[in-house]
Amino acid sequence: MCLGIPGEVVELLDSNRHLAKADVAGVRRNIDVSLLEDEAVVPGDWVLIHVGFAMAKIDEEEAQRALAGLQLMGQAYADEVRAVIESQIS
Amino acid sequence: MRFVDEYRDPAAARALVARITELAGDGHYKFMEVCGGHTHTIYRHGIEHVLPTSVELVHGPGCPVCVIPMGRIDDAIAVAQAPGVIFMSFGDMMRVPGSRGNLVGAKARGADVRFVYSPLDALRVAVDNPDRHVVFFAVGFETTAPSTAATLLRARDDGVTNFSVFSNHVTIVPPIKAILESPDLRLDGFVGPGHVSTVVGQRPYRFVPEVYGKPLVTAGFEPLDILQAIAMLLTQINEGRCCVENQYTRCVSEAGNPRALAILNEVFELRPHFEWRGLGFISQSALKLRPEFGEWDAELRFEVPGVRVADPKACQCGEVLKGVIKPWECKVFGTACTPETPIGTCMVSSEGACAAYYNFGRLHREVAVTVGAAR
Repeated sequence: MCLGIPGEVVELLDSNRHLAKADVAGVRRNIDVSLLEDEAVVPGDWVLIHVGFAMAKIDEEEAQRALAGLQLMGQAYADEVRAVIESQIS
Repeated sequence: MRFVDEYRDPAAARALVARITELAGDGHYKFMEVCGGHTHTIYRHGIEHVLPTSVELVHGPGCPVCVIPMGRIDDAIAVAQAPGVIFMSFGDMMRVPGSRGNLVGAKARGADVRFVYSPLDALRVAVDNPDRHVVFFAVGFETTAPSTAATLLRARDDGVTNFSVFSNHVTIVPPIKAILESPDLRLDGFVGPGHVSTVVGQRPYRFVPEVYGKPLVTAGFEPLDILQAIAMLLTQINEGRCCVENQYTRCVSEAGNPRALAILNEVFELRPHFEWRGLGFISQSALKLRPEFGEWDAELRFEVPGVRVADPKACQCGEVLKGVIKPWECKVFGTACTPETPIGTCMVSSEGACAAYYNFGRLHREVAVTVGAAR
């Protein structure tokens, strides 16, 4: 739950609901980008995602480094990805 | 330097360790890493064995799963067992023991307990099940609290009334203050938390140097980040400076995330008191829903026992969380208390100091001892 997972925003969805589709650990899931409203998230941006919400914009290099670090966490990372896969935010 | 070879940039890591060794000189420095994510990195990558003996890392209370007291788990189970309730929890919380078992046990006894990734998923389950009442078990520091707040705003705007939140959100500054006030511990500085700082920024930590005269350096989660933060702490001390510095500028800004802070403030208010495992009651250290959101507050909708339960006698999570003892110094560590059958919270979460040490640290320790003996 505390693990921030980097994701790449691939599509902006319903702007009233501030939803975007993001590629997270190889799966595409909806995330909420309302907390980054002031930063104008666009497709191609990388964000740090906590419990389905984009919390900070990051650059791609940081995203790749963070992913590499998470993969080393083993089970904790696998559990987090499993949770992301089951997420159906709409 | 066995562990350094596995780091992303071994040469940079070696240079940092040399710099730390030089800066620490003949002194002995004790720094606390506040965040459970840092504790995990430190054990996972054997950082304690890479550092010179002049620098000691002490693990702090920054794992939100670990600091939930047993009584709150009992409360959660009571709510989960109420008729018609679907109780939704992050996976980490399912195995945290209360005084009479955990949420997994409650589920086995018939309660509808489900694990969930996001509070928005819990809200969706409420919309899909209008004849049931969905309770979201909200846990976490300012890292996750804005997500709960945003979900509550959406529940209100969409008129979803069969949804409520059992808030156990806590705030990061009060436990740091409690540790600084604790007579048990002499610290020389803090490795400041990473992800929570993306929300709160750097300003809330200024009291650490200004009131308590200790430096704080916010750090990222790679081994190199932690080594660099330690070097920055020692540099401050050597130069006679004492301030808040940011090693993790890749993610953390001075002001944090103002929008997240604004909605936190819109939805939540500080509780007068909240019990922390190991640290006891800390005033104004946790968040409850504002009265305007009473309709979505599980503590108002349900009968919550609210009974304080003392930790099991054998368990020393409290001392581990305050950094007074190391995980392996606890009497039940690795024998009665393991990740499969945890007695204390620090063994439940992968970011808990005991679980991180059990899974990685003790192996590194064995390797370090073997390597040391072979020299």
